[in-house]
Amino acid sequence: MATVIIPTPLRKFTNQTAKIQVEAGTVGEIIDRITHDFPELKKHLLDPQGGLRSFVNIFSGDDDIRDLNRKKRQ
Amino acid sequence: MAIQDIKFTKEELARYNRHIIIPEFGVEAQLKLKAAKVLIIGSGGLGSPALLYLTAAGVGTIGIVDFDVVDDSNLQRQVLFDIHEIGKPKVEAAKRRLEALNPHTRFILHNTHINSSNALEIIKDYDVVADGTDNFPTRYLVNDATLLLDKPNVYASIFQFEGQVSVFNYVNKNGERGPNYRDLYPTPPPPGLVPSCAEGGVLGVLPGIIGSLQALEVIKVITGVGEPLSGRFFTFDALNFENRIFNIKHRDDNPVNGLNPTIHELIDYEQFCGMRAVEEKPVKEITAKELYNWQVEGKKFKLIDVREPLEYEIVQIGGELIPLATVAEQADRIPKDIDVVVYCKGGVRSLKAIQELEEKFGFTNLYNLKGGIISYIDQVQPELTRY
Repeated sequence: MATVIIPTPLRKFTNQTAKIQVEAGTVGEIIDRITHDFPELKKHLLDPQGGLRSFVNIFSGDDDIRDLNRKKRQ
Repeated sequence: MAIQDIKFTKEELARYNRHIIIPEFGVEAQLKLKAAKVLIIGSGGLGSPALLYLTAAGVGTIGIVDFDVVDDSNLQRQVLFDIHEIGKPKVEAAKRRLEALNPHTRFILHNTHINSSNALEIIKDYDVVADGTDNFPTRYLVNDATLLLDKPNVYASIFQFEGQVSVFNYVNKNGERGPNYRDLYPTPPPPGLVPSCAEGGVLGVLPGIIGSLQALEVIKVITGVGEPLSGRFFTFDALNFENRIFNIKHRDDNPVNGLNPTIHELIDYEQFCGMRAVEEKPVKEITAKELYNWQVEGKKFKLIDVREPLEYEIVQIGGELIPLATVAEQADRIPKDIDVVVYCKGGVRSLKAIQELEEKFGFTNLYNLKGGIISYIDQVQPELTRY
């Protein structure tokens, strides 16, 4: 179980929910789940090609997922 | 002045005694503070506590950049000012307050809007910059200017209940340079996604907390005491009282100081942040003075106010209230056969309303009041309440 913490500016797309519990393994699966549950969030997190937008950072634990090895993105 | 030439008077030694007796700090760190020149960009919510604490701490020279004047709506959080300073330039009001706090600090005032043509000139003589601005173009401008001039930049920002702090472009004792704002955010969010505090609000005590942390990091950068928040990104959520520190790293594709830099001088930051893109589809504009002339001439037109009911309660200038979120469903209340002036607080929401009405309903008779009701109050009816 992962806990996703949503920063204030994006909470308007999650019904003001600050923390979302997600049963998912990888960061990709987590993004799929939360953008499925909160469709408005999708276009702000991902570009049309499905890449993470460059003004969005996702941290797993203390580290930016861009700095982590893909295999470790769990 | 070289640090070995700096001496303390007896009064200063007594004043800074609580610093000097800390073993890790001592007279050496206090001398470094006195020798330092710090530039505070923005003397608002963050700048207020930062300026108060850095002045009290004994920084020798402090520069203050702000183009604004003190407004009653600032006093909810900008603790540097009081009711006697309303209407006066912030830099001058700040200097009066701070000189009364510490006569040993010298202040340099920059009563101007910092931009690409003056930023390098303003920043070049300072040792450390503290960015407490409230908009993305200025944040990227200050970031790039401090990279080009090789200065550390202590960054802080706030929104509603959340604050952020980091130390950018800091070179540690091993000569390693830390990341900067462009490593954290290579591009800004699209305009409108992250509203300013003027639009989205901020709890007044939050900038007090975050601006104090900013002052703390400035002191650590100057004195070398402790570990500055370089390569780390602090966030504080006041609502849940949760703080986090994330690791941030330098990016090879940083356009200013990455492997293949493409930015070698300051650029147009309004354009970079997409502000110009909004202007590419221009809507008709009217200034407050022109609107006043229409009113005096008795011209037939309609005023539409797209602010929220609570704002309408504070002050209104005779417009019909149709909040932005409801303009589409209430579009039939807006005539098409006479000119219509749409306004909000500052002109952004009314621009969005007009774009939506033109796109969905084919309006061609809408004018955006430039600078919103605030501009109207300033230029036409100064007796009305500003907020």
